[in-house]
Amino acid sequence: MTTATTAPSGRRPGRPEGQRRPERQRQSTWRRRDAATGYAFVAPAVIGAIAFVVGPLIAVAWYSLHEWNVLANTFTFVGADNYQAMLDDPALHDSLLASLWFSLGVVVLNLTLSLGLAILLNQKLPGTTFFRVLFFSPVVVSLVAWTIVWGFLLQADNGINAFLSTLGITGPNWLRGSVTAMISVIVVQVFKNVGLNMILFLAALQGVPEEIQEAARLDGAGALRRFWSVVLPMISPTVLLVAILTVVGSLETFALIDVLTDGGPGTSTTVLVFYLYRQAFEFNQFGYASAISVLLFVIVLVLTLLQWQTRKKWVFHEA
Amino acid sequence: MRHPRSTLLAGLAAASALTLAACSGGGGDSGGDDTPDGPVDLRMTVWTASEDHLELFNDIADTYIADHPDEVSSVTFETVPFDDYTTTLTTQIAGGNAPDLAWIFESNGPEFVASGALMDLGPTFEATSGYDLEDVDPATLELWQSDGGLYAYPFSNSPFVMFVNTDRVSESGQDNPADLLADGEWTYDAARDISAGSVDELGGAGLVVRDFDYQIWSNLATVWGGWDAEPWSADGSTCEFGSQEMIDALSWYHDAVFEDGAIPGPGTSADFFAGDTTMTITQISRASSLDGSFEWDIVPLPAGPAGQQNVVGQAGLGVLANSEHPEAAANFLAYFTNPENSESLALYFPPPRTSLLNPETLAEGNPLFSQDQLQTVVDSITGATTKPAHPNFAQLDTAVRSALDPLWTADADAASVAPAVCTDIESLLQG
Repeated sequence: MTTATTAPSGRRPGRPEGQRRPERQRQSTWRRRDAATGYAFVAPAVIGAIAFVVGPLIAVAWYSLHEWNVLANTFTFVGADNYQAMLDDPALHDSLLASLWFSLGVVVLNLTLSLGLAILLNQKLPGTTFFRVLFFSPVVVSLVAWTIVWGFLLQADNGINAFLSTLGITGPNWLRGSVTAMISVIVVQVFKNVGLNMILFLAALQGVPEEIQEAARLDGAGALRRFWSVVLPMISPTVLLVAILTVVGSLETFALIDVLTDGGPGTSTTVLVFYLYRQAFEFNQFGYASAISVLLFVIVLVLTLLQWQTRKKWVFHEA
Repeated sequence: MRHPRSTLLAGLAAASALTLAACSGGGGDSGGDDTPDGPVDLRMTVWTASEDHLELFNDIADTYIADHPDEVSSVTFETVPFDDYTTTLTTQIAGGNAPDLAWIFESNGPEFVASGALMDLGPTFEATSGYDLEDVDPATLELWQSDGGLYAYPFSNSPFVMFVNTDRVSESGQDNPADLLADGEWTYDAARDISAGSVDELGGAGLVVRDFDYQIWSNLATVWGGWDAEPWSADGSTCEFGSQEMIDALSWYHDAVFEDGAIPGPGTSADFFAGDTTMTITQISRASSLDGSFEWDIVPLPAGPAGQQNVVGQAGLGVLANSEHPEAAANFLAYFTNPENSESLALYFPPPRTSLLNPETLAEGNPLFSQDQLQTVVDSITGATTKPAHPNFAQLDTAVRSALDPLWTADADAASVAPAVCTDIESLLQG
């Protein structure tokens, strides 16, 4: 019986010990060089992320433990006081509720409208290119300019109401009623971005193999059944992407509110980001505003993780 | 050998710490070197972008630098947009980039003074030969004083007056406000009736409290002064929105909007200077928007049931306590606002110095105004109150605006809305 020497993993068998060591050293040196080159390539991105993402995140968490009044030049450690204050702040609770309504409205309307438009514009009909450009064009318009124009359209006696009056209808004072103001900002936000989601859905729809739909048709599935059981599952990865982007985007909406309603009337459109801005840059309560930032970060993180975790149940290829 | 991943993590932690340190602007930064080695560069934030204004400021600065080459090497006047002025200023302070000198709105004055953000200028003014602080109207200094210190110089005291489109008044067959003033009948009720009558006859808009726009409620102080109403007590501790005077004033305004049609309602745009508005309450600096397309006049603010009350909008000039060169900045401020330079500044900014408060001084900088109209301007500064201000004004401003919002509907009742404002702001008034 012959006994064979088993080489350790990674070693070439059958070579004298004296020749193996320089080989290992060379490989180790190459690996280190490879790794160093790789790190050098990713370094700019990593440093940028640290400086502009990780660093500020840590800084905000640190600030949230302090009472920082810029004018008084005070920076006092207060522990969890700012978080305790959030529990007792009715205005914050109002802004959370406003954020909930705003995000819910934007997400539902945006997803429904963008998917509906994508389905319509995925048909082989004359003029679809024109309408694709038409619905996408607001995406490339400056948000502030877009909002200012809508500010004119939503005035009490101009724009939409002037048009309605020609039909004998007296329109509401859109931006002065709590409910109508919220509806207005939701619609303006949705119209601004619906084109982008429409394009994403359109790309996904065009990726659904025709033969699968044809097979379903031969099996006797109607249009609704084909959409529900074939098309929607096939584009579900895009639905997940669009849902995450739209939820996060709706929670971070600021400029639209600032320009169109300034958070009013009352506090009806004071969403969380706008409330945060007020606390920091108008009330000079940077510590408390930082605590609200942490809250917003946690909300966005939890919602994103929830969507990510539930993807296995409804996203094609993820089960 | 250290594993590359460990090195990366260590680097990440170090970079984070550095970023944190770089971002950390809080605390401990208590101003700069009072005795610099050489001449220093000064920076002043302003909200004017007028080339004439900036040319005048630079002329004053150039003369000062020529006289004090060892103290100051340059003065930069940095224009910050009006709408975001205070936000930008506080952001600069938060970022450790505080200017040496800054203009400050009267509404933010008490907050800046109480917080210690400004340097006491009293000793510098006293030590400046020929400064003549006694010439400054004491009433204009009140907002900027605390515990015997003076924390800013109120370089501009611009009165609110009523601009009248006399073309619209005559075309609609209404009484001329100037005539009513002469007869002692220039009241808010008269202004409302003229406005409503002109709108009925000509369309357009009647009376506009400029810049109020159902948001910047502090501009309504130009109206409720006639009812002797005020938002809070003089010491800032007690809410006065529930007072009968305030309820009456707000009721008058509400009815003028929704019953008489004398004042444009919320969500309606109207601009006096476009020519389709009968009268507007604003400051004289707005006269630069007049293009000669219609005849106009100015009259003092009308009288209310409690009499006539003049109102001014003030602007203070202070030295930031966080300035790197507070002493040099204070010395420059004393020069910038001395009697001679105050006379130059009076071309554009109604001065607080009583010796300069006359039509002759104001005439050169306000060529559109007649001598009589300038006398109206001067008279409107005398005994004037300033717009509402409070050490906690930023939060009060937002809270009051939100609480007043329910009033701006046709079926609202000031008697129920106004007292409710107090519920929302009582804790903020206490600080």
